[in-house]
Amino acid sequence: MKLESKVPSGPLAEKWDKHRFEMKLVNPANKRKYTVIVVGTGLAGASAAATMAELGYNVKNFCFQDSPRRAHSIGAQGGINAAKNYQNDGDSIWRLFFDTIKGGDFRSREANTYRLAQVSNNIIDQCAAQGVPFAREYGGLLANRSFGGAQVSRTFYARGQTGQQLLLGAYSALQRQIGLGKVQMFPRTEMLDLVLVDGHAKGIIIRDLVTGEISSHAADAVVLGTGGYGRVYNLSTMGLGCNVTAAYRAYKRGALFANPCYHQIHPTCIPHTGEYQSKLTLMSESLRNDGRIWVPKNKGDKRPPGEIPEEERDYYLERKYPSFGNLAPRDISSRSAKEVCDEGRGVGPTGYGVYLDFSEAIGRLGKKVISEKYGNLFDMYELINDEDPYQVPMRIYPASHYSMGGLWVDYNLMSNIPGLHVIGEANFSDHGANRLGASALMQGLADGYFVLPYTIGDYFARVGAQNITTDRPEFREAEEAVSAKIKKLMSIKGERTADSFHKALGEIMWEKAGLARNESGLKKALEEIATLKEEFWQNVKVLGSNESLNQTLEKAGRVADFLEFAEIFCYDALNREESCGAHFREEYQTKEGEALRNDKKFAYVSAWEYKGDGVKPELHKEELEFENVELATRSYK
Amino acid sequence: MNLTLRVWRQKNSQDKGHLEIYQANDINEDMSFLEMLDVVNEDLIKKDIEPIHFDHDCREGICGACSLVINGIPHGGKKGCTTCELRMRNFKDGDTITIEPFRAKAFPVIRDLMVDRSSLDRVMQAGGFVSVNTGGVPDANAIPIHKEISDKAMDAAACIGCGACVAACPNASAMLFVSAKVSHLATLPQGKVEREQRVRKMVAQMDIEGFGNCTNYYECEAVCPKEISVKSIAMMNREYMRALVK
Repeated sequence: MKLESKVPSGPLAEKWDKHRFEMKLVNPANKRKYTVIVVGTGLAGASAAATMAELGYNVKNFCFQDSPRRAHSIGAQGGINAAKNYQNDGDSIWRLFFDTIKGGDFRSREANTYRLAQVSNNIIDQCAAQGVPFAREYGGLLANRSFGGAQVSRTFYARGQTGQQLLLGAYSALQRQIGLGKVQMFPRTEMLDLVLVDGHAKGIIIRDLVTGEISSHAADAVVLGTGGYGRVYNLSTMGLGCNVTAAYRAYKRGALFANPCYHQIHPTCIPHTGEYQSKLTLMSESLRNDGRIWVPKNKGDKRPPGEIPEEERDYYLERKYPSFGNLAPRDISSRSAKEVCDEGRGVGPTGYGVYLDFSEAIGRLGKKVISEKYGNLFDMYELINDEDPYQVPMRIYPASHYSMGGLWVDYNLMSNIPGLHVIGEANFSDHGANRLGASALMQGLADGYFVLPYTIGDYFARVGAQNITTDRPEFREAEEAVSAKIKKLMSIKGERTADSFHKALGEIMWEKAGLARNESGLKKALEEIATLKEEFWQNVKVLGSNESLNQTLEKAGRVADFLEFAEIFCYDALNREESCGAHFREEYQTKEGEALRNDKKFAYVSAWEYKGDGVKPELHKEELEFENVELATRSYK
Repeated sequence: MNLTLRVWRQKNSQDKGHLEIYQANDINEDMSFLEMLDVVNEDLIKKDIEPIHFDHDCREGICGACSLVINGIPHGGKKGCTTCELRMRNFKDGDTITIEPFRAKAFPVIRDLMVDRSSLDRVMQAGGFVSVNTGGVPDANAIPIHKEISDKAMDAAACIGCGACVAACPNASAMLFVSAKVSHLATLPQGKVEREQRVRKMVAQMDIEGFGNCTNYYECEAVCPKEISVKSIAMMNREYMRALVK
């Protein structure tokens, strides 16, 4: 299979404009002849659904939550990047592009990343017009702060709940279109299959989570904005409902899964404390603007932090990366935290934690300023840990957070299945092997507001409206397959809960495919996953009925998909014999322990094709071409 | 710690429902309230009893999915805290805890502790937005907004749409929820353009959905996990009067 990125020719800065001109249009009166299915209502899904409805398309929007406002984009705290250069500190579209591509360790597609930087400014304008209450200076203009991997201040924010405010902006636009009848909303539904008609994505199968009813929906195109796969580790910063099912089932229908091994482990989360734990709570990266990260210099130093004198502390990020210091990128910060903890210098009851200390900033700026900037995060920390971070340093540790990998898409955000578009975290395209802070919100909204609404028109104009209906055999076949799978899950009547399998999978993945990986560990992981998967299908226990609301059944279906997905993740990590970004293979590192890329052999996108249950997927490669940046060793020293 | 739970069980919206008693043993004080329920549920499944169904997702106090009336108080009564953030250290060994769904005419129970809050979405559809399409908007810095005004809008915009205000109100009024959106948008210049029709439409929809009126109990403010002030209700009333006379 030849993967065509469809990147337009011409100078980088002109590609998107040129492409917008060259794309075919659907005239305003004809747009109402097209229906588009959007799965997911996060930043990408909600913004895409609302914008396409504004343009005149008929939109059917699905989410598993009880309201579209609850999609997990809501959890994003710190901010959203844009190349506005409001701070006059030397920012530009080019710099945002360069920081992002370097941050991604030169494993993303140049043209996509450049376009992302280009439209970033429109996003801020759009959100401000919707009434998003961004932080402002006393003069009334927008305020900025800094995020990792950048030396300019380009992050816009709304206290510590930027994701919430941006999502509520997109949700309000979506609600308006629902009210106008242009979007039909289906909350509490889960997509369980993709339907192809003559090779094109023309519908989905859903389960109504309240009644258990399985039904078909047809459209002229399908858009997945279904987020990442971070819960393959079980414990993560994501919402507990987040899952890989929609993307994975599209993969099983032929969509390629790209770079699954690129998954971000976020450096600043509340550490793991016990078996019962369901979730690791993020503490925004923005805290690293003012917090200093340290551990004791000596192994096993169990004194309370306040009793450890300054000279016996190791501010390891400031020491190792003096020019970026505590704002080193996420992959590097996470790995450094693991290193010092593995050396026995970690803090807290488990020894897997490092301090994030605000005492210096509180001394310099005063408690009031710190509270204005980060108040809600400090409160959240105290609620969870019963410790006051104004008095005692926070304890933090890396946790699974964001998927850079995802379904493969071309420049038009269309997968290799014609008609199937993938947006936001669910696709792979913009962040390479590591995502910089405050760039996820940017990408979700860029795709939904400013990219997909254009590119989908080109697809429609080329194929025309086809009025596909759900009485076709393709829909019946897919519905039957979905029902059969559910019946199978219900019929096992084993002894072990889906949650217990999920925990076991999470442990395998964290140990062997987490912050550091190696060949023998990954091979072992593949064996262990296969055994666990086999046990799952013989021993999972699902109670109740499939014809009613049944949360154990929902979980079991999602865990089943995670068990299969974990295998592609490991195959990808095994294949990529280099270290880049979040993918750190222990065999490939410099003397100083930094990631060692191999551009000669691995400057490509790995795109995996489903070849049957339990069969190794087939690897396809999209070579990455760099015409505008020089592939350099990433340095933040 | 060991606890006794009295939990509302209801098969579906037609079922009458009843309280069931369960034991929660060896509960760690660092667990969240929902993690405690997870542990109880694992135990129930082992005993072939269907687990207690409840809404939840982010488990960090921001998505607004979790609900629960704990010992008579929505979200359990700790100030500025959602059920998912509530830790078991707020209870003591031997306690009996009663857990019920959010109750209101506009929030029908769909199973156990899960309710249908789509009425809140429909109120938003009536007018909880600024009518701007994507594209063609001015530069974000073209309209300066005083920091205090912007902060005030943000205070109201912090609402997570959980519906605790409705569950706490003896009248099952949604005034705090609706007023949070009305005041967020009416405070900002971007939202002022449509302020009259917005408040009229949202209030009308609120009545259609069967939410009650505000008679100043202020229970809503007391339980709001985001500590939205009842001052926003006063602001909404002013906005409404203003719209009527205009």
